[in-house]
Amino acid sequence: MIQLENITWSTGPRVILDDVTLTIPSDTYAVLMGSTGCGKTTLLEVLCGLRQPQQGRVLIDGRDVTSLEPRERGIGYVPQDLALFPALKVFDQIAFALNLRSLPADARVRELADELAISHLLDRQPEALSGGEKQRVAIARALAASPRLLLLDEPLSALDEAMRGEAATMLKRIQQQHHLTVLHVTHSQAEATQLADLRLSFANGRVTPL
Amino acid sequence: MNRSQQCWLALAVITASYVIFWLLLLGATAAYATPDSWLRVLSSPEIRHATWLSLISCTAAAGFALLLAVPVGYFMSRKSFPGKAWLDAALDIPIILPPLVVGLCLLIFFQTFAGKLIEKAIPFTYTVAGVVLAQFVVAASFAIRTMRGTFDHLSARPEEVALTLGCTRFQALWHVALPAARRGMVAAFCIAWARSLGEFGPILVFAGATRMKTEVLPTTVWLELSVGNLEAAVSVSLLMVLMAILVLVIVRRTGEKV
Repeated sequence: MIQLENITWSTGPRVILDDVTLTIPSDTYAVLMGSTGCGKTTLLEVLCGLRQPQQGRVLIDGRDVTSLEPRERGIGYVPQDLALFPALKVFDQIAFALNLRSLPADARVRELADELAISHLLDRQPEALSGGEKQRVAIARALAASPRLLLLDEPLSALDEAMRGEAATMLKRIQQQHHLTVLHVTHSQAEATQLADLRLSFANGRVTPL
Repeated sequence: MNRSQQCWLALAVITASYVIFWLLLLGATAAYATPDSWLRVLSSPEIRHATWLSLISCTAAAGFALLLAVPVGYFMSRKSFPGKAWLDAALDIPIILPPLVVGLCLLIFFQTFAGKLIEKAIPFTYTVAGVVLAQFVVAASFAIRTMRGTFDHLSARPEEVALTLGCTRFQALWHVALPAARRGMVAAFCIAWARSLGEFGPILVFAGATRMKTEVLPTTVWLELSVGNLEAAVSVSLLMVLMAILVLVIVRRTGEKV
């Protein structure tokens, strides 16, 4: 379960997150909608610990993680630009979190690669992947360490119309198979309709349920 | 010919004129040296010693410069803090200082209490270690500039994702930023190496120009010129030109523009 309590974050005079409070129950696919540049990414970054809120608390499964580092929060994060590691092959991208923890990587990487239909890409460098392939690699990388929460920042925005429906189905399947709590940020009504168990709206620094 | 073509032609003429000017300079220098003078230079024990010392000291100085440039460049690229603009300017001081002044600063520092303490462990003044230090002081600034530019061009986002995957900040630097910056590191090393090869003023003041001891190739050119041996000075200069071209080729092959 994700809980944000009275989160405030501002840059200079501009308030991006204005006393945001929200709860996303466990195993829920939540879709947060808002216009471009309204601060949706900032909200995700506060959640995964890349930005410290100036006020308020972040709780994950009831535990206050506000002062914890990103690595201690157990959150999988897929940013909008996907941010694949430039120098690593696909296998090493997916194995990254496992190698850090000195866990056996081979079987887990191949299992995730099968699930996301990227087994044939394991030896490739990121620059040799299409937009859809990069997206699936970024999701596999985020899932490797078995997080309970997955944050997706406009994950379908780089895909063409024909691929979006298929990719959305894949995201929903992953959420159900891995029993994940997902927060998916988008400005697309169609994505929200197809995916959301819980729909949230973000405007003027505040989040409200739809 | 339309206006656009005239503009391109004018720019091409300016570029070609500059390149031709440099080719003429190098050609004239190359034509001055005879094969005999080349052989004499290459067989001279003093100049062979200076060549080896240049190769070794430049490699050491560039290695140390890179070791400093990676953390400093990363810090300056990724972290915002009050006074950053001042620190940024301070890092360029060795670039803007006259080379002789750098040498003088080193000489004076090693006369202070702190400097004398360091010299008890490693003697620098008028030694080979002093040659490396004099080369390092200036080369490091160029290496830092290059590394900072490299990290500025690399998105910080993959490192942030690495943090969420379990990395500490240091691990994100080591596992994500450094592999991505490897071409920049090669370029920084080569630039520091080339800069060290041409260093003369600080070495002359701080490490001296003792033959078979602290003499490097630029010192050789100066020593040969001072006794009127122009042919030897030209031959050594051409040797340095060849070395510099080799470094440029390596940099270009790594895909980084100097």
